[in-house]
Amino acid sequence: MSKADIDPPNLYAAREPIFPRRVKGRFRNLKWIIMAVTLGIYYLLPWIRWDRGPSLPDQAVLVDLANRRFFFFWIEIWPHEFYFVAGLLVMAGLGLFLFTSALGRVWCGYTCPQTVWTDLFILTERWVEGDRNARVRLWNEPWSARKARLRLTKWTIWLVIALMTGGAWVFYFTDAPTLLGNLLTGQAHPVAYITIATMTATTFLFGGFAREQICIYACPWPRIQAAMMDEETLTVAYRDWRGEPRGKSKVTPDAAPKGDCIDCMACVNVCPMGIDIRDGQQLECITCALCIDACDDVMDKIGKPRGLIDYMALKDETAERAGAAPKSVWRHILRPRTVLYFTLWAGIGIALIVALFLRSPFDLNVTPVRNPLYVTMADGAIRNTYSLRLRNKQGKEHEFAVSVTAADGSVPQGIAVLLEGQPDARIHVAPDTTQTQRLYLTAAPGSAMAEGGQAEIELWIEDLSDGLKTHVNTVFHGRSEK
Amino acid sequence: MSEDDKRTSHPDAGAPDAASPENADNRIELGRLAADEAHEASIAANPPEGPDGEPLHKPAAVQTRVVRDRKGVRHKVEVPSTGHSWDGIMEYDNPLPRWWLWSFYATVVWAVGYVIAYPAIPLLNHATTGVIGTTYRGEVAADIQRFAEANAPIQAKLVQTPLDQISADPELANYTANAGSAIFRTWCAQCHGSGAGGNAGYPTLLDNDWLWGGTIDDIHTTIQHGIRDPKDADTRFSEMPKFGTDGLLDNAQIGQVVNYVLQLGGRPHDATLAAEGKQVFADNCTACHGENGTGDRAQGAPNLTDAVWLYGSDPATLTRIVHDGPYGVMPAWAGRLSEADIRAVASYVHSLGGGE
Repeated sequence: MSKADIDPPNLYAAREPIFPRRVKGRFRNLKWIIMAVTLGIYYLLPWIRWDRGPSLPDQAVLVDLANRRFFFFWIEIWPHEFYFVAGLLVMAGLGLFLFTSALGRVWCGYTCPQTVWTDLFILTERWVEGDRNARVRLWNEPWSARKARLRLTKWTIWLVIALMTGGAWVFYFTDAPTLLGNLLTGQAHPVAYITIATMTATTFLFGGFAREQICIYACPWPRIQAAMMDEETLTVAYRDWRGEPRGKSKVTPDAAPKGDCIDCMACVNVCPMGIDIRDGQQLECITCALCIDACDDVMDKIGKPRGLIDYMALKDETAERAGAAPKSVWRHILRPRTVLYFTLWAGIGIALIVALFLRSPFDLNVTPVRNPLYVTMADGAIRNTYSLRLRNKQGKEHEFAVSVTAADGSVPQGIAVLLEGQPDARIHVAPDTTQTQRLYLTAAPGSAMAEGGQAEIELWIEDLSDGLKTHVNTVFHGRSEK
Repeated sequence: MSEDDKRTSHPDAGAPDAASPENADNRIELGRLAADEAHEASIAANPPEGPDGEPLHKPAAVQTRVVRDRKGVRHKVEVPSTGHSWDGIMEYDNPLPRWWLWSFYATVVWAVGYVIAYPAIPLLNHATTGVIGTTYRGEVAADIQRFAEANAPIQAKLVQTPLDQISADPELANYTANAGSAIFRTWCAQCHGSGAGGNAGYPTLLDNDWLWGGTIDDIHTTIQHGIRDPKDADTRFSEMPKFGTDGLLDNAQIGQVVNYVLQLGGRPHDATLAAEGKQVFADNCTACHGENGTGDRAQGAPNLTDAVWLYGSDPATLTRIVHDGPYGVMPAWAGRLSEADIRAVASYVHSLGGGE
């Protein structure tokens, strides 16, 4: 055919539809398992119950935006503890660096939601319309009742999956059984419906129609990852020195010796990104490894060793061309770079776990009221006011006693402790709440603290049920303070 | 050599000219050549070397892309290059995905709809209003209305609750703490200070020394009707005479009574003058300030024996007060704030530490 038969180059190109063929093999099995686990976690996690007592929600994983709490099984994160979430995000980032430098785009190929849902949508498509050849035929067919029926069936199933995807998302943000009831009876908050509608639309569009376009054009990750891979990174590659020159040897038995590649196009036909791995490393490749499964299957059939397409590092290529054995997988993975990433990742993880267990069941924040610095009382006493924030992170109401000591631990003379609205220096804090409380420290007239300048003090709170104490350092301003 | 030849010729082949990298003025410090047509061959022939002496980049492979012909058969075609390359990395002229074009058209359509629906195009005095009539001032007004409606039940409850029981109700206490603080900072802070610490002539509201009483009922009445507000018939009223200006006392007597007052308050004073001032005080001041100088809240007469001084405790200030007479005014708020707001701010002031 001549060039004239092909449309002239356009400024804009239509998406070339991709019809991935079904494939069996070890990586395909691994992907099925990962899909089942990740989708299972996503759909089922909000329904796990976890008893936290009467005043707290019993959902194991709950992002309670209204009350500003994050519940994860036995862990409850308050807004001021958001550094735990920040730490987890840093770990997620370092984890991606680690896996990318060791195994290339393994996140993209196996666990990225775009990949998992696209896989699920392709599975549905294959179930409704048949495997690759049937789908190509259907695509080229003119519209008919059968084609319309198959298309509508497929789109309906996609829509149901998309609806369940968007529907499951909102259950993470409020009590799942209550919300489900409200959703079904039309009483849920509009935000829930809008969120579900948006998630349904994007899932339907991204998983059903956009697919590889998201990875190629919308996702920044492929660009970032290229900077994190090096010559030791294991990635899916074609052993061209073994495969080339490619060709079907049976057709031309007397021709020059052929490489192992019989140009059966199996690797191209299974590729969900629509590329030819034999062209070398490409931006589009998400290293899903399905071409490895497809090629291994063919190699078995024609009696050639497996691994014409394989996980391989760039450095191995030169070694193998020279006839040397490639490095072992673990020598590729265990390198200073990955060890460094892992050390940082584990270090932050350990720090977070330690911080988690060192959390106090209650907190005290003290803000001295500095407007004015002190108040002169009628009898000449000097009073300082403090704004206390008491956090009771426990599931029960607790009573706390407030006291004051000097910086050296001694009890200062002539200081009276009074809490606004309380008969004595004790305060009840309801379960799982923060209570603000004005505290007055009054230094008797003529006492050292009343007549002096700024004095360092410690404010203590003691949990009267178990005697646990904590303190905050602050200052007392006397009359000489200007 | 024509202009065209100059542009396309290899830099090593032609004579140095103004546009050539051979010209020292055009050299880039990094030792690189601009990746234009003229230097393409030179760049491709001299790839940068890695540490092992091997070229870091191999010559770029031909970029291909899959297209479908009119019969629906897929072909690989060569992608044209833009001619730009840098360190052997080519920039290809791949077509943009068509759905991106659609997305662009969709944003245009959206923009047209937005301009029709919302205020958008600035005119001389105002902007186009938009057919759905959105105004941002209107949205703010609607927000205020929404909060006012949301607060209406608790404000009704606040007005119906006896003043001394407000702090016992956690819901009301929480509301008055927040609403009262906001009202205070809006209307009261100008004189009493944002921390309620007061100023000379404007009493601090944090201590336990009150001119007109520190119970919540007293504070509520003071806020409602003000002090010496000429527009309010029920305002709290009293007036200290201008002893000097009106000639009721001569300067010697004023000096004596000032020293006596300083003595009452435990401040440094002249004992002789103070002893003489005792009689002056008994003759002129006790009607309001009491025999012992402890004041009278019914008349707003301050206690002169304590450590709190409204205008100051130095002899000059006291002399001025006795000579000219003080006349502090606080406006009545009953006509300017709602009853619920007055109660909220009264409750707030009562909770600042001095409330009785």
